[in-house]
Amino acid sequence: MSSLSDSPETGPPLAVKVDDLSITYRTTFERKPTLRQALVRFGRGQRAVRTVEALRNVSFDIPIGTSLGIIGSNGAGKSTLMRAIAGILPPTSGSVEVWGKASTLLALGVGFNKNLSGRENIILGGLASGLSRREVEERADDVAEWTELGDFIDMPMRTYSSGMSARVGFSVAVHMKPDILMIDEALSTGDAKFREKANAKMAELRESARAMFLVSHGLGSIKEMCNEVIWLNKGELMMRGEPDAVVEEYMAFVKVKRSATTTEDI
Amino acid sequence: MTAPTRAAETDFEPVYHHYGPHRTGLPPLVPYFRQLWLRREFAAEMSRATMRSANTGTVFGQLWLVLNPLLLAGVYYLLVTIIRRQHDPTIFTHLTLGLFAFTMVTTAVSSGSTSVTSSGKLLINTAFPRLLIPLSAVRTAFFRFLPTIPVYLFFHVLFLRHSWSWTMLLSVYFLATMILFAMGLAAFVAALQVYFRDTSSFLPFVMRLWLYLSPVLWLPETIFNSDFPRWMLTLIQVNPMYSMLGGYSDAVQGLEVPAPYMWVSAAAWAVGAAVAGFLFFISREREFAVRLT
Repeated sequence: MSSLSDSPETGPPLAVKVDDLSITYRTTFERKPTLRQALVRFGRGQRAVRTVEALRNVSFDIPIGTSLGIIGSNGAGKSTLMRAIAGILPPTSGSVEVWGKASTLLALGVGFNKNLSGRENIILGGLASGLSRREVEERADDVAEWTELGDFIDMPMRTYSSGMSARVGFSVAVHMKPDILMIDEALSTGDAKFREKANAKMAELRESARAMFLVSHGLGSIKEMCNEVIWLNKGELMMRGEPDAVVEEYMAFVKVKRSATTTEDI
Repeated sequence: MTAPTRAAETDFEPVYHHYGPHRTGLPPLVPYFRQLWLRREFAAEMSRATMRSANTGTVFGQLWLVLNPLLLAGVYYLLVTIIRRQHDPTIFTHLTLGLFAFTMVTTAVSSGSTSVTSSGKLLINTAFPRLLIPLSAVRTAFFRFLPTIPVYLFFHVLFLRHSWSWTMLLSVYFLATMILFAMGLAAFVAALQVYFRDTSSFLPFVMRLWLYLSPVLWLPETIFNSDFPRWMLTLIQVNPMYSMLGGYSDAVQGLEVPAPYMWVSAAAWAVGAAVAGFLFFISREREFAVRLT
């Protein structure tokens, strides 16, 4: 443990190392599981619980300075992988090692309490992610300023539009000085002006952060912003490499599947 | 959870995290509770913000905190007076003392029950010890209980003027056991609520039943000198509140040092509830992030 961020064999120091990671969890397919429903179902001898194998034996390591794009169809395990790296979802087997503090931007993290103002949510989000009270207070004003919400920042978040809460979420994530920036379809909300501002901020952070993860279905922005891409399919790591090559393979794979099903249909 | 180790000698000073599978469904407990302690400010701020949004800071908000239990005490006193057919101010002071403390526990448990399910987004997106959320609800309940202390003392001065003793200070111990008990229970129901979203709707009935079984509306002496069936007396004594609340009111109003078994059994219930509730919560908390989407 003398030199933490040096991997033993290879040269470049790592930001993230994922080793044989599998994540399985049990969840219910009901939107609001209730005891009443459970008893009714128990009487019929059914259960509403299903097991999800979100990730299966995924291994990769990310050297410092990488902007990693993660692509794959819905349910491929992209968000699960991000949560595992953020420490939100501990592995079922395997391990995740992270050198640095991960940001909290997965599905736009703040604004959890709609009755509190944007500013209060910013402070709570910062405290939850482990900053000290002093650090949070130092940054809260910057964050609030950056959102350009004006007076809205001190109003309850239930009065916000979805684009406005997205601004707050993004602003918190980028201002809490993350070592590892994680962005999950973040920029789909927000107007053109904000998107431009967010892109500029991300480019700036790419310089200062140790690594960046970008989950997106927009293959164009992946190609543009990332220097490496991994492709997940049904929880398995299909390919890792240069953005252009991986995106091409992925497109080919999706097309092949589509044509196969269409021929079947005929 | 995370186990920060010594940072490498770089200008990043990175925090090292290692996430591995949990043994026996529990994360390593020592780092878990260390993280919990480090982020206690979050629980405090969440509780403060909740109270702010409920207008607790305003004059009428504060007044309501006092008025609400007072009205409740009035209603129950009316009930007790009708049943006993006699008016007795001592009963009233006993009732207010017990009811205020009992309300603190029930408020903690009922707001704790929805605390995890209602903080969905934060839970899905940020890694932190989830136990902070129900504990924050208990803190809120405690701060809502505080303004009722002067109200009680007012009645104490009014109706039990000559009953002052140093034993009243011992009540702090029993109050502490009730808080610890409430923490354990709040954690338990908060985790249960994730699986059964109707838990919080059953709770008021359970709490009401629990109140009637606890020495709030009646005095232990009168119950044990009556011809109650034996099983019912046993049930009453097994009730955790019997020793916690009984010791509390013995210390404040009985002006005597509560019997030793009260001390022991109150502590045992409190520690037992906290250990069981916390461990249940922590063992389930991995699933919260996937169950709350």
